[in-house]
Amino acid sequence: MILRLALLGLLLGLVLRPHAFVWMFEPFAPDRSTAIYDRASLLSLSLNHLALVAAASLAATIVAVALAIFVTRPAGAPFRPLSRTITNIGQSFPPVAVLALAVPALGFGARPTLVALFLYGLLPIFENALTALSTLPPRTMEAARGMGLNRWQRLAQVELPLAAPVILAGIRVSVMIALGTATIGSTVAARTLGEPIIAGLLTNNTAFVLQGGLIVGLFAVLIYDAFVQIENRLLDRRRKPVARKVA
Amino acid sequence: MGLTVSPPGVLFAVLGAASLLLPFLTLRANRIVAGEGAAPWEVAGPTVTIAALTAIAAGLACGLLPSRPWLRFAGSLLSLAGLIFLLSRGAANLLGDAGDLARVSPAAGFWCLLSVVMLLMADAIGGLQPGPRLRLGLLTLVLGALALLLWSGALNDLSPMQEYRTRAAAFRTATWRHVALALGSLGVAAAIGFPLGILAFRKARVRAVTLPVLSFLQTIPSLAMFGIMIPILGWVGATVPGAQAVGIAGIGFAPAFVALLLYSLLPVVANTVAGLGSVPAASVEAARGMGMTGPQRFWTVELPLALPVILAGLRIVLVQNIGLAVIAGLIGGGGYGTFVFQGLNQTATDLILLGALPTVLMALVAAILMDIVVEVAQPTLNRKNT
Repeated sequence: MILRLALLGLLLGLVLRPHAFVWMFEPFAPDRSTAIYDRASLLSLSLNHLALVAAASLAATIVAVALAIFVTRPAGAPFRPLSRTITNIGQSFPPVAVLALAVPALGFGARPTLVALFLYGLLPIFENALTALSTLPPRTMEAARGMGLNRWQRLAQVELPLAAPVILAGIRVSVMIALGTATIGSTVAARTLGEPIIAGLLTNNTAFVLQGGLIVGLFAVLIYDAFVQIENRLLDRRRKPVARKVA
Repeated sequence: MGLTVSPPGVLFAVLGAASLLLPFLTLRANRIVAGEGAAPWEVAGPTVTIAALTAIAAGLACGLLPSRPWLRFAGSLLSLAGLIFLLSRGAANLLGDAGDLARVSPAAGFWCLLSVVMLLMADAIGGLQPGPRLRLGLLTLVLGALALLLWSGALNDLSPMQEYRTRAAAFRTATWRHVALALGSLGVAAAIGFPLGILAFRKARVRAVTLPVLSFLQTIPSLAMFGIMIPILGWVGATVPGAQAVGIAGIGFAPAFVALLLYSLLPVVANTVAGLGSVPAASVEAARGMGMTGPQRFWTVELPLALPVILAGLRIVLVQNIGLAVIAGLIGGGGYGTFVFQGLNQTATDLILLGALPTVLMALVAAILMDIVVEVAQPTLNRKNT
């Protein structure tokens, strides 16, 4: 917990008060050049980066979960093998290649990044949602049917809550990939935290590279940790009533 | 159910028909400028167009038959042949009327049709439920056909191929570099990760330290990881005597290699632990009862039973590394990423494709091959039960 707060503090410091860290980055900067990235505010880059990831992941979650629900209903069953094939093939596509291939179609800027993040983000969420929805305990489903719940009630009150932790794990994987791919998005002129890294690589200014790298790395680690906490919380809540029943 | 058409087949047919309305090829006055799209029926003479479009439509129609997976597969091949025929003839035809600097590239319509046909093929192959040998055969067949197509020069009029011709030597170097990055880091990761995984499996304390540290490394975004490696390896190269002589420096091959290696460790170690953990205790007990020594038990019982899970870890690593190795292009590490990022800098779409398409192909082939290997490693387990 202390470590978490320390990392959060470091992150906030790096983003909000970058000039307080001159001493840290100065040794890495080449002579007579600035040690702190100042061509754009790190705060605005961070917010932009997070907004891109959030928008793409939110859209991907909605579409992927809807698709998973569709192929696990009788009407969508014929599409199930196909959807498996697509997820398998799609996940072997490198995220960078997806980003690069989106540029010819959509031009430079935030748009291809958003689309690449969205498309690539669909796969882990869909895969997990499909697994979760198709491996529900048959006895629970039978009980729900026996209670007289109709299809929508079963979906909303039984299936989705039971599948939630696994779906959330899929969203976590997808968000982590999106954070990384959004960083690379700055090579196609999206305004993200990759900008200082790329600028540093181009001007041989290692200080910029480290700054961008540290900030993105800290964001990733903290977001990952937050997801794991929520997943554990969900799993705990699910275990409790079961334990009570057994006792 | 009395269903006589395959619902995915209907989806493919509808998507395929819709894709025909998009521009099939783009003609540009030179390499950089924006181009003009040409619809499928505008790119070539009437005979070629009718033949090609008939083949595409007939192939997609075969895809509608749910009970005949072989026919659906044949249909996808027919569509693919029609598509490539139109591409090759259309490119030559469009270039014939244009200037020397003109370029023809596949446009949205071609890529959509190609994806639809590939999906039909994948769906049909899935319906065949092929064993490992048939899958290997089909993969060889497809790769062979692709090689033949590229070698025959039928696609030479297309712009990405023209980019290739001016860079043939660089492309070969990049290919080897890409393979060296992806496979080399996999090899080293296996050499380190495998013993580490065994140790972590045996000793709970090792496990409690290694797995969280490795998953922490995995969360760091790739570009940041590659970037952070630069000062670290630069420092190593500058201070450790002899390091510079073996090529360890801040930019280039070394930081890319180390970054890939760090990403590779988690899947290798975690799957080794999981694989060994999945070995039934009864099997180990039986081996002990037979009087096998510790190493004998490990090599003849535990390892073969854990192998499929361990190999599945190597599959994840290989596919992931082939994709991540693209980023090496940003820090001077070579590989296909060089073309991708050069292309992005020059806004030269075809150069981007020259880097991105081989990467995708390599990743797909690696994924299919490793799936076959994992499956071949599996039967020893199942056969025992039957």
